[in-house]
Amino acid sequence: MRKYSVFAIAREAMRGHKGWPEQWSSPEPKKSYDVIIVGAGGHGLGTAYYLAKEHGITNVAVLEKGWLGGGNTGRNTTIIRSNYLYDESAGIYDHSVKLWDGLSQDLNYNVMYSPRGVMMLAHNVHDVQVFKRHIHANRLNGVDNEWLTPEEAKAYCPPLNISREARYPVMGAALQRRGGTARHDAVAWGYARAAAARGVDIIQNCEVTDINRGPDGAVTGVETTRGTIGAKKVGVVAAGHSSVLMQMAGVQVPLESYPLQALVSEPVKPVFPCVVMSNTVHAYISQSDKGELVIGAGTDQYTSYSQTGGLHIIQHTLDAICEMFPIFTRMKMLRSWGGIVDVTPDRSPILAKTPVSGLYVNCGWGTGGFKATPGSAHVFAHTVARDEPHPVNAPFTLERFRNGRLIDEAAAAAVAH
Amino acid sequence: MLLIHCPYCEEGRPELEFRHAGEAHIARPENMAELSDEDFERFFFIRSNPKGIVYERWRHIHGCARFFNAARDTVSDRFLTTYKAGEPKPDLDGEGK
Repeated sequence: MRKYSVFAIAREAMRGHKGWPEQWSSPEPKKSYDVIIVGAGGHGLGTAYYLAKEHGITNVAVLEKGWLGGGNTGRNTTIIRSNYLYDESAGIYDHSVKLWDGLSQDLNYNVMYSPRGVMMLAHNVHDVQVFKRHIHANRLNGVDNEWLTPEEAKAYCPPLNISREARYPVMGAALQRRGGTARHDAVAWGYARAAAARGVDIIQNCEVTDINRGPDGAVTGVETTRGTIGAKKVGVVAAGHSSVLMQMAGVQVPLESYPLQALVSEPVKPVFPCVVMSNTVHAYISQSDKGELVIGAGTDQYTSYSQTGGLHIIQHTLDAICEMFPIFTRMKMLRSWGGIVDVTPDRSPILAKTPVSGLYVNCGWGTGGFKATPGSAHVFAHTVARDEPHPVNAPFTLERFRNGRLIDEAAAAAVAH
Repeated sequence: MLLIHCPYCEEGRPELEFRHAGEAHIARPENMAELSDEDFERFFFIRSNPKGIVYERWRHIHGCARFFNAARDTVSDRFLTTYKAGEPKPDLDGEGK
């Protein structure tokens, strides 16, 4: 891997930019690997990277049925935060935020992590109480989060409408200053390039059609559209398709897959300095470096694998955006799209060993997995390499739906994350 | 936006009139207190989540307000059929896609 630097840019500028090598190669699959990761999104590619970097396991393949980062990694609204209520969640999401800080240097790839602050609006007394509880819980866990009055919120985000006449007036806000955004594609590309440089094979257009198990029940490899590939260990990191893959190995996971939509506006000059979320009126908004407003909508009510959602879901979100930010009422929206998110009953992820020896799963990130990409990949690599969970992901078991030790962020947030 | 045929009203109406109510044909156990943790997990948390035909409940909340069942392809979101609550699960193997 040729290191990216200001000198490399200067050198290539002199040569007409003809000397840039490909960022990762596209090898033919080998007969077998030590570890196969199914799914080349951020979490999967990151897992392969940390397997190679931290655990010295480089005989690894990442199999992707489509193209790299073409699933939810390329479809989300890129929000990063760690202000979750429960200790377990604060642990894993803040582990991730700590890794975001410094990830560009680690990967030698600019992931454009921008801790511009995530502000969550409170619109009623219940919101105020819940957010203040979150703030106290976060601070006990060492996660920064602070309370803003409506005037302070407006000072932090000038386009915000804090009129008392609004249908859902802003009564205050919780601000996590370390929260922000990153460039989603760069995260996938950066992990792919850094993993490939350490010997990981990234194999695109290779759909896993079955998971093979030996006479003792342990995983022996996978069947794919490009033939049989052997593996001692298989890690499933397949987001909305996780339950389909796990069923191939006979493991039932408590997941349901829903379409989640997002949309962007036409690009405009910098006008929106932070990320604003409102759970109550249900809208998420930030501005990309290209100038587009990036807006997150809700999930559809029915399960689907169609990667599209209902227009009324988007309209509902835009209703909220227009009321909170009247400045945007005449903005034109450019594109909308959907991704398939795998939702667990407690809205917390599953990163764990499974009842099948050699099979590991990282799923259930639901509507909020992007923020967790580095942390999730880091601890999942540990889980796969050592055959035991990292302390950070130890509570996120598959068995918690049997033994009742739920991490109930669903109840804590009461809406999609 | 889905168009959904209510088998009670016998009319196709926009999705906005309906509320999705989860997977169909999951019988609530009658001996709840005696269930093992495994069986309770299977009843309460595990759903089939198929990529293909799903059998699901809908409620015509802004119409007749009644629950009914539907078979829908989760890849195309096309409804294969809707039928009244209590009717047996239709055999649709090989259809859809």
